Amino acid sequence: MFMTLILLLDSTLRVATPLVLAAMAGLCSERGGVVDIGLEGKMLGAAFVSATVASMTGSPWLGLLTGIAASILLALVHGFASITHNGNQVVSGMAINIVVAGLAPTIGNAIFHMNGDTPALSNAARFTAIELPGAAALKSVPVLGPIYSELLSGHNLLTYLAFVLVPLISWMLYKTRFGLRLRAVGENPEAVDTAGISVQWLRYRAVMIAGVLCGFAGASLSTALGASFIRDMTAGKGYLALAAMIFGKWRPRTTLLACLLFAFTDAVQARLQGVSLPVVGEIPVQFIIMLPYVMTVFLLAGFVGRVVAPKADGEPYVKEH
Amino acid sequence: MSRQNKLPVWVNAGLIPLINLLAAFVVSALVILAVGENPFEAARHIIYGAFGFEEGIGYTLYYATNFIFTGLAVAMAFHCFLFNIGGEGQAYIGGLGIGLVCLYMGDMPFWVILPCAIVGGAVFGGLWAAIPAYLQAKRGSHIVITTIMFNFIASSIMTFLLVEWLKKPGSQLPETRHFADAAYMPKLHEIAHAMGIELAHSPVNISLVIALLCCVAVWIFIWRTRWGFEIRASGKNAEAAMYGGISPARSIMISMLISGALAGLVGLNELMGVQHRLVVNFTNGYGFVGIAIALMGRNHPLGIVLASLLMGALFQGGAELAFEMPTMTRDMVWTIQGLVILFTGALEHMFRPRIEAFFQKSDKSDSASCQGPEEQGDEA
Repeated sequence: MFMTLILLLDSTLRVATPLVLAAMAGLCSERGGVVDIGLEGKMLGAAFVSATVASMTGSPWLGLLTGIAASILLALVHGFASITHNGNQVVSGMAINIVVAGLAPTIGNAIFHMNGDTPALSNAARFTAIELPGAAALKSVPVLGPIYSELLSGHNLLTYLAFVLVPLISWMLYKTRFGLRLRAVGENPEAVDTAGISVQWLRYRAVMIAGVLCGFAGASLSTALGASFIRDMTAGKGYLALAAMIFGKWRPRTTLLACLLFAFTDAVQARLQGVSLPVVGEIPVQFIIMLPYVMTVFLLAGFVGRVVAPKADGEPYVKEH
Repeated sequence: MSRQNKLPVWVNAGLIPLINLLAAFVVSALVILAVGENPFEAARHIIYGAFGFEEGIGYTLYYATNFIFTGLAVAMAFHCFLFNIGGEGQAYIGGLGIGLVCLYMGDMPFWVILPCAIVGGAVFGGLWAAIPAYLQAKRGSHIVITTIMFNFIASSIMTFLLVEWLKKPGSQLPETRHFADAAYMPKLHEIAHAMGIELAHSPVNISLVIALLCCVAVWIFIWRTRWGFEIRASGKNAEAAMYGGISPARSIMISMLISGALAGLVGLNELMGVQHRLVVNFTNGYGFVGIAIALMGRNHPLGIVLASLLMGALFQGGAELAFEMPTMTRDMVWTIQGLVILFTGALEHMFRPRIEAFFQKSDKSDSASCQGPEEQGDEA
């Protein structure tokens, strides 16, 4: 029972990696007042570019870098539409999702002729598991041993990065001058403008940070957790991340918890498949698959208390003259 | 902001969307070029495939029928300032309603089945949209997120039903048995044949007429009824509407119910017209295309018909293109669609200041300008 729980939590951390990164991306963007439905597309784009470059060069690092670059590029498109031209931010995000869903397999097909997927990566071209020091030695220690060597050790670099980034982002948002301005521009852009600070430039930086984080998230999907790009491999993770962010009320720590909760449900659903439970018997696989989505709807339907979005979230800022 | 009113209607509703569309096509051409194909040749295949021969035109109209339904659905919600991304799921669940009617009323004549199927699709689709609408109206949960989640949930439920309950006995495929002949939607070439005119065989059917009737009905509803006024009013300004005695919550419910009902009718064309059985994933992304349709058509039924024709041509032409140039798969059509949404929707203001400046210069009646420096300075 204890080992089952450890393994369940272990896969929770793995599944949570792209969710946490994408949710933090959404959080940075929306704290700055730009709604980001396009997390899904940015992740998918980064996953594709990372896997493509990693398979061509054999280097996961080059893959990661180019994936981030692709994601930033998409973020800039979103910024160009929603910050420079005051376009509808939901529409822009949706457009990016659809473009990437079509463009990635189109280019992939032109390069690899594998129906839009990329070839499987060798371990050298991936971010593989990292053994923490002493993991093997401590394995036999009761209770703490498995927690250290099974649960905490043996994840890939990007998983560790995701969890390190959360306190960093929290610090940036609440303890730095940039963070203060970022939050201000999401609440009251007029005040920021009056103080002589450029609303546009701040918001561009917010969406670019989101681009970088989505780049990490996408690379983690195709070069760390998986070993190739598969069409539509994000499978709604960008939307789940967005839901986690709302559920976490646009705060890093609570958003992290929400992501872990979603990831835990996902890990449970993967384990429940084909298992016969007492009383109810075997639950049909389709119902298990929809568990995270149903839970999202339930949670957002007001079991979280009052949710207050950043005041200027989604509002284009039009300067008065 | 009154500056939108300064432009003549044909510029606002015709020229600007056309320029945006052109920009989307230019970028698409660049993508095709980057993949190593000739964009002009690709365009030729698309246009020939969509309009070059009678059967192609029929297919274009058949796709357009789906898009009219989903486009109207998105537009209906847009008038209440709601972003209904759930058209896909609503069409899917609506198809369940239509499928059940056709499966269990097969021994009735067509003129009994048709109204029942319309009601079935509309009720199932409408109720599927009503849950996110209720959650938005009463619990304040974001309709964009909930409708997306409901797409995933609908997909799971339908797979479950088709695999476990509705599957044809003895079959491995997740699909039902075929409908009775009486539940087949008459195709236009069959009707033409009965009247002595020979048309090429294509799947376009009576649903097209139903879709066009829906356009008229939506126009009347939005601009000529009290409920339509209430929906537009609470969409524009919920607080002002409340002072006027309009309940925004009720407007949300009404507009989403109708929106879901319209999306639910896709099954008339797709299931009764073509598949003649309930199959997995028959919605095929039509619900998402509805977003592009509504944006391009400026949420007006007439615009939606034109935009649907364009997208229908793109779908049918795209199929022809995939046949002629194997690297240009369905994904390419998907990319073009995304670009169309980007340029006609999110970037709709990109060329506007320049076009406005052009028309104001030729007008000379207007000296006051409220354009920001960032708008004048951009190099688009």
